[in-house]
Amino acid sequence: MKKLLGLALFLLVIYALLLVANPGARSAQNHQNLGQRIGLHGINSLGVGILIISGGIDLSIGATVGLCATVMAMLLVDAHMNPVVAMLITLALGAGIGLLNGLLVTRLKVQAFVVTLCGLFIYRGAARWLAGDQVKGLGNDFATFKLVLFHNQDVLGLPMSLVIFLVLCGLATVFLHMSVYGRYLFAIGSNEQAAKYAGIAVDRYRTLAYVLCSTLAALFSIIYLAENNSVQPSETGSFFELYAIAGAVLGGCSLRGGEGSVLGIMIGTAIIWILPNFTKMWGVPSALEYTVIGVALLIGALLDEILRRRSLAAAST
Amino acid sequence: MSVPPLSASPQSSAGATAPIVEARGVSKAFPGIQALSNVNLTLARGEVLCVVGENGAGKSTLMKIVGGVQTPDAGEILIDGRAAKLNSVHDAQAAGVTLIHQELNLAPGLDVAGNIFLGREPRWGGPLRLLDRRMYAQAEAITRRVGLAASGKTPVASLSIGQQQLVEIARSLSLQSRVIIMDEPTSSLSQRETERLFEAIRDLKSSGVGILYISHRLPEVQQIADRVTVLRDGRNAGELRRDEISHQSLVRLMIGRELKQFFVRGAAAKSILPLPLGEGRGAGYEAQTRSQSQTPALEVTDLRVTARQRRPIHFQVGRGEIVGLAGLVGAGRTELAETLFGIRRAVAGEIRVEGRALRIRRPQDAIQAGLLLAPEDRRLQGLLLDQSVRRNISLPSLLNLSWLRLVLRRREIELAERMCRELSVRTVGVDKRVGLLSGGNQQKVVLGRWLARQPRLFVLDEPTRGVDVGAKSEIYAIMDELTTHGVGVLMISSDLEEVLGMSDRVLVMHDGELAGELQRNEFSEQAVMNLATGGSPSTSPSPTGGGPG
Repeated sequence: MKKLLGLALFLLVIYALLLVANPGARSAQNHQNLGQRIGLHGINSLGVGILIISGGIDLSIGATVGLCATVMAMLLVDAHMNPVVAMLITLALGAGIGLLNGLLVTRLKVQAFVVTLCGLFIYRGAARWLAGDQVKGLGNDFATFKLVLFHNQDVLGLPMSLVIFLVLCGLATVFLHMSVYGRYLFAIGSNEQAAKYAGIAVDRYRTLAYVLCSTLAALFSIIYLAENNSVQPSETGSFFELYAIAGAVLGGCSLRGGEGSVLGIMIGTAIIWILPNFTKMWGVPSALEYTVIGVALLIGALLDEILRRRSLAAAST
Repeated sequence: MSVPPLSASPQSSAGATAPIVEARGVSKAFPGIQALSNVNLTLARGEVLCVVGENGAGKSTLMKIVGGVQTPDAGEILIDGRAAKLNSVHDAQAAGVTLIHQELNLAPGLDVAGNIFLGREPRWGGPLRLLDRRMYAQAEAITRRVGLAASGKTPVASLSIGQQQLVEIARSLSLQSRVIIMDEPTSSLSQRETERLFEAIRDLKSSGVGILYISHRLPEVQQIADRVTVLRDGRNAGELRRDEISHQSLVRLMIGRELKQFFVRGAAAKSILPLPLGEGRGAGYEAQTRSQSQTPALEVTDLRVTARQRRPIHFQVGRGEIVGLAGLVGAGRTELAETLFGIRRAVAGEIRVEGRALRIRRPQDAIQAGLLLAPEDRRLQGLLLDQSVRRNISLPSLLNLSWLRLVLRRREIELAERMCRELSVRTVGVDKRVGLLSGGNQQKVVLGRWLARQPRLFVLDEPTRGVDVGAKSEIYAIMDELTTHGVGVLMISSDLEEVLGMSDRVLVMHDGELAGELQRNEFSEQAVMNLATGGSPSTSPSPTGGGPG
């Protein structure tokens, strides 16, 4: 709780400083942009956050986004499929990828880091091969599809992706913090062996977490395609797993597992995406964008560790 | 510090008579336990001294003190008649004492020579510190001495456990050790490997090395020991010369305490447990008395826990009966419990709970049938240490505490608070982190968690390990209370007092199999120890009774 308060405070401070530093930042346009980034990448952070809480990790999110976006574009452009059907197929593809990752980790006992690192290469390669390494563009077609998923200032003036993200956060809060399943995921992340001895179907729920993570990545890819109108199979989604993990970890999801919250993931994602904006407005060269994110993450991790040690010391005396 | 070479044993009269190692009045306490009090021990050159005792008698602690792993609270260690300060393993090694742990300390990725010289590799090339290939020749000279038929370049991971044991011995020789401590060296060795180890030990003896040998396999002790020191409850219980060693004499020294009377059986004055539990799950409990002759709570037939087990396991636990499962560490008791609970898959066999045959493939199957396990390692297997008491108690009952799979917090809190109250868990509140509670209270949380799930057969693996005396008697009262509700209890324990005090019947395991069963009128520590060490339950071991461990 204390940690969340600290994070929220930090977010408010950089946001306030951003507004003070640059009148341009106060524009509706900038807020639209920010909201769109946060909403979109928040979807991935949410997925990987749930996975991290259960003790897992997924490095293949970006490649999954690339593959799903490519397939979605090809279903629309090459197969002339109904967008709704195409979306369902793409979401199923994401779920299938998650299932594959999950089964490799739980059944064949390969380390999650290795499985999803391999997935990163495999799914990216598959996307390039499927599309013949060509850019797939939607052109001027599929206006309704784009309109529904990427209508820049709709729904009470909020960007569509942010609205979707907020709805997902609501669902995730119920799932993670109120349902039996969420308890199981926290228990598994906290002590997998003890969860097993308590009669929890550990493998099933760990796999479920992988499926959720990859399905959310597929959803991300669909919205991303609607926004960008085209997909570059060799590029689309690159690095996105790192933004996703960064948001979740900064938001308090411990890579040891068993720790984290939806609210934290929301705040963490917001910080990750406001931070570059903030530093740019303060005149830091945009080339240093990654560096700034890295430093913020490092400071967060250090503070977390210091807090943890202090609470341990306090508890043991 | 310089160490005299192995072969040179100073023959001055004073030097020859001083023991190579002597422990004088050694005491050591751990929180809650006096592990050693005023223990003495001597070891001469070229002697094999076996140190035996029950689980928890203090053998390992004493060896760790001699090996420099731990320091004594009182008393001293003398090496060659001179007081030695052994504050670290390094100090002990410099003084010529090496401890070989039961779990070997080898780097499996390195080869034999790399392990023997780990951290002391001969090097050349000044600051480059390149590895000196002559190390391999040196290594092979040593491995030949211990009878290890493997080249210095063999990766240790590819060796058998027995061969790895020999690598450890080779390493201790390369350290110029004059005293080698072996802690249960044969626990995972085959018969042939054991014999090879004994040959190596005899060779070491003849070159003047002293061996401290810990084992609770009495046949082995009879075979290899020149002298035996017996520990009991952290004290010297006696010493036997070579010609005095027998199964009977060893067991007599290992046991022989007064039974303390704080075990309660059939004395549950008031109903301390909130049974019947499991709201919304139908029938609940019929009050059953022990005299009722019904199908037993648990019936195990033809069970094979491992493929190498020779005789299948058969036993029953009646309703309202407490069956003690005794045996030494490594006898296979926990493996049996984990097989019943579905953590391990049985190779073959049938398990019936209250007459119903079960297919137990995972813990869920066992829990569904009311076969519950409080595991041996509470912190690792039992609890989510960083989560609250409430969440730990409710974990297996969440489905019963939920509506549309949403946890009903109020009912969850109710359950947790009731369990804490009924089992007198001492905590400031149900939201306290369970890792901050004492061992006894942690165990009560584990028990409370399962009491909400209608136990029919409760397996308790070391239920009072690391639990203080007060909480112990509370846990005994809970067990007793369970039996009055017709629950069968299978209690695994290494505490003989507890086994004999609480059980209606005792099963004893030895080497992965049931070695025997004792009725209440046959109860004695001696009978249990005889069975546990591979002998017969009677006081006079038959000549064939002490088969190879």
